[in-house]
Amino acid sequence: MTHAEIIALLEQQFGSAIIAKNADALDPFVTVDPAKLVEVATFLRDDARLKFELLNDVSGVDYFETDPKKVAKAGFDPHLEVVYHLSSFSFPGRRFTVKLVLPRWKDGVVGQLPEVPSLCGVWRTADWQEREVYDLIGVKFLGHPDMTRILLGDDWVGHPLRKDYEFPLEYHGIRCR
Amino acid sequence: MGLLEGRMEDGFVVTSLEAAVNWARESSLWPMTFGLACCAIEMMATGAPRYDIDRFGAGAFRASPRQADLMIVAGTVNLKMADRVRRLYNQMPDPKFVIAMGACTCGGGPYYKYGYNVAKGVDLVVPVDVYVPGCPPRPEALLEGLMRIQDKIHKMKEYHKGQPAEVPVPTRTGSVMLPPELATPEKSFAFLTENKERAKPAK
Repeated sequence: MTHAEIIALLEQQFGSAIIAKNADALDPFVTVDPAKLVEVATFLRDDARLKFELLNDVSGVDYFETDPKKVAKAGFDPHLEVVYHLSSFSFPGRRFTVKLVLPRWKDGVVGQLPEVPSLCGVWRTADWQEREVYDLIGVKFLGHPDMTRILLGDDWVGHPLRKDYEFPLEYHGIRCR
Repeated sequence: MGLLEGRMEDGFVVTSLEAAVNWARESSLWPMTFGLACCAIEMMATGAPRYDIDRFGAGAFRASPRQADLMIVAGTVNLKMADRVRRLYNQMPDPKFVIAMGACTCGGGPYYKYGYNVAKGVDLVVPVDVYVPGCPPRPEALLEGLMRIQDKIHKMKEYHKGQPAEVPVPTRTGSVMLPPELATPEKSFAFLTENKERAKPAK
């Protein structure tokens, strides 16, 4: 089954929930409506023609240009993306990518993290991966069993891999800059 | 055994208490197992037979700070770890010594500018006695650092001054053999000048 066929199958199944698609990219992907994410993921895992049993990686990307002179040339509006990399044991070598496009802040209020449904119930590997995305990029995964920071200290402020993150001056009495 | 050589002929030794205690201390430094990152591999190599830190009496790596008097901070100290480093240092019995091993512990190293979670030097967390730079340092460099700690202990005057020596005076370094082109100041100056000439871009 080629990637174009996988995308066609997903479009036939979910229709308007598939926002964007690209079968020719190095990692062929579909962009999914966050509200339908769990259904799409369950379908990708369970359907006999697809059988993506493994979630390799969950990563977060911050699309944001900090330099005001370069904003016009940047070619994108500021947003976050969460990328799920899938592969299959039943069909060795088959890979697929699912993306979510999110606002940088929920409802445009700075400090309110965008929210997406957790995939812990679909793939157990999502547990720590989603905690890492929450820790470093700042996306809240609803329904996650333990939505706490995984790498940084629990009292850390901010999400360091955001482009507009400002380094702390001091942490627990230790100078940081 | 420079301290004792030739003094045993009469069957007894006359020395100051300080010298005897310092000699005992510097000859059995017990380091704490404290590998945080890749420098730890080099620290393990230093403990292994090829370099053999046991020759200096510092081979008994302890897993508990209560039994150790030397902390070799080997590897990147991130801010989450820094609290633990400080706590372990406070748990060590006096007199205690710290070697900052590697570029990260000396000053942040490659994480200095963009490392959001790295302490920019372990000297911001605990007082450091000897810095061993390198990324990672060779085992010889760590042994040199250990000898500097031993020098520092050698000069401690705790019993009549109450303070350890401020500046460690190197007493164990042998003369350094320079290659023939650097043997005298004139020769080394000529060598450097020639090197600079050769480094100029050809037109």
